[in-house]
Amino acid sequence: MAAQQLPLAKALNESLRQALETDPKVLIMGEDVGKLGGVFRITDGLQKDFGEDRVIDTPLAESGIIGTAIGLALRGYRPVAEIQFDGFVFPAYDQIVTQLAKMHARSLGKVKLPVVVRIPYGGGIGAVEHHSESPEALFAHVAGLKVVSPSNASDAYWMLQQAIQSDDPVIFFEPKRRYWDKGEVDTEAIPGPLHSARVVRTGSDLTLAAYGPMVKVCTQAAATAAEEGRFIEVLDLRSLSPIDFDAVQASVEKTGRLVLVHEAPVFYGSGAEIAARITERCFYHLEAPVLRVGGFHAPYPPARLEEEYLPGLDRVLDAVDRSLGY
Amino acid sequence: MTVESTAARKPRRSSKRVSAAKKPQSAEPQLVQLLSPEGERVEHPDYDIQLSAEELRGLYRDMVLTRRFDAEATALQRQGELGLWASLLGQEAAQIGSGRALRDDDYVFPTYREHGVAWCRGVDPTNLLGMFRGVNHGGWDPSVNNFHLYTIVIGSQTLHATGYAMGVAKDGADSAVIAYFGDGASSQGDVAEAFTFSAVYNAPVVFFCQNNQWAISEPTERQTRVPLYQRAQGYGFPGVRVDGNDVLACLAVTRWALERARRGEGPTLVEAFTYRMGAHTTSDDPTKYRHDDERAAWEAKDPILRLRTHLEREGHADDAFFAALEEESDTLAKRVREAVRAMPDPDPLAIFDNVYADGHALVDEERAQFAAYQASFDGEGN
Repeated sequence: MAAQQLPLAKALNESLRQALETDPKVLIMGEDVGKLGGVFRITDGLQKDFGEDRVIDTPLAESGIIGTAIGLALRGYRPVAEIQFDGFVFPAYDQIVTQLAKMHARSLGKVKLPVVVRIPYGGGIGAVEHHSESPEALFAHVAGLKVVSPSNASDAYWMLQQAIQSDDPVIFFEPKRRYWDKGEVDTEAIPGPLHSARVVRTGSDLTLAAYGPMVKVCTQAAATAAEEGRFIEVLDLRSLSPIDFDAVQASVEKTGRLVLVHEAPVFYGSGAEIAARITERCFYHLEAPVLRVGGFHAPYPPARLEEEYLPGLDRVLDAVDRSLGY
Repeated sequence: MTVESTAARKPRRSSKRVSAAKKPQSAEPQLVQLLSPEGERVEHPDYDIQLSAEELRGLYRDMVLTRRFDAEATALQRQGELGLWASLLGQEAAQIGSGRALRDDDYVFPTYREHGVAWCRGVDPTNLLGMFRGVNHGGWDPSVNNFHLYTIVIGSQTLHATGYAMGVAKDGADSAVIAYFGDGASSQGDVAEAFTFSAVYNAPVVFFCQNNQWAISEPTERQTRVPLYQRAQGYGFPGVRVDGNDVLACLAVTRWALERARRGEGPTLVEAFTYRMGAHTTSDDPTKYRHDDERAAWEAKDPILRLRTHLEREGHADDAFFAALEEESDTLAKRVREAVRAMPDPDPLAIFDNVYADGHALVDEERAQFAAYQASFDGEGN
């Protein structure tokens, strides 16, 4: 296949196909992942090609999906479980936090649980309640889990490959409103480490750090700012546990300013953790307090209000202005 | 010892050794019983078992040693050597009977009270005590004895067992999986989901519910309006209530359920009707919520006493056997006592071990910081 332009969703599909072909222990399980190919068609055609034994339509019970995935992993399988929407993960939260995250430590390292939990997350698709949330901090807070989120098709392909190969449980957050964004995917490339950040655009005046769906917004913000003579560096964090703090530090030591952007509520969000640690690491380099742009401390609003709720170009640029104003 | 050689068949009524005694009248008509509380062999049309005197003595030995180990652990908690203990007192027959029904390649998912099953699997009893002493959270390798780690959050492991059983079926193996849980856990959503998943995938799993009548302070009436074994019907697989204080019935019924699983006939729910003779754990105080007369009624159905009566009546064991077993019990207790007292506290930096299989930058950073902090006290005090 080599290099080709693919929508992010298709890159995930190709990645799953590749994993199923390479490792007979890889299984896909979830609600509607079989004949339908998932509500977002991420698993489209996989059951047809790999059979019902490997691409498994499950009962509508999220705790059951993750609980049985754990059992299958104990038997030597590598399950990739799909949670249909972000807001549906909570029935499985107990199994993820209490069992999946802790069994390796509980067994003093004897048990490994190579389980990937794929979760389409974030807003911007005009959905009803529970279909637009960004719960990544709730998982990053839990020791034993790794949490990643790709922002583009190439990362979607490669980070999913790496997540499936990981012997640790990985919560894989997919930016659902970017599913149809195309990007080049080179399936013969050599990917960088899974948990490293990437500089998307270099700059000298301020660092914008984001992940998943907000990387695109930040890149647009940087382009707009450049027209006004402000050179903004954009960092795609890619991984939220662990976080590549060295990369953030290196950027902030250069620019002296940091604005963190995510859809999730600002309060106790991943931005808070990064702000605290970067303030500690870069205290004498900072020209302004670390600022955060994100969701409000309110339930995700009805679709007619989500444009106001989601941090868009203007709110990001407003934060850039405030930071540069110090 | 093993009793695997005498596979239960159904029905089988040919035994001369089966007593002609009628099954006693019971308020629970569905209870499968093969050995009455008075030590009489009872006939059951669907489940029977033929065991040699040696095998019967083996079951008796298992129960006695398990009870002795359990008593020693309770004593060690009282002496401050353990932080907590969850006693299995009264549930020996349910655990030894079901545990001895298993083959080596079968896989067990226990709760935190399955000390008798652990014994049957060959797990060293001292391994069970680490978590109750607080030196680890379990720590044994489940793959050595096909005995999973104790699961503390009730009901969670029934889903792990179901997933494991789905994997067994995918592998084309004829092993079976058994999930232990209790009457309290039967109310958990995870148990309901495990029933659903196992039924729709026809997974080779046996759900072994020890209904010991109490979930800490809550009686079974707070969990269910129907006998628990009847829940299986709604999911489309069989449920059986067995006398949980009858080691023979527990062995026969579990073996039958495991064989069903091996033959590809799917899950079974076994409800072992028993009684938690002690407190929920050493932190509990049952005098606040239940009467002594209830306990006394169950004492008359003691699982060990009834098998002893049977062994003596049938001439299957002599005084020398009982005396030797007494001595073996004391030796086991002494070994356990010494092992617990010798268990060292873990190194503080063990906090950071095994959080991840492939490592994690933050854990490495915090380990280094904490090590440096600890080292900063070197040379002080002492």
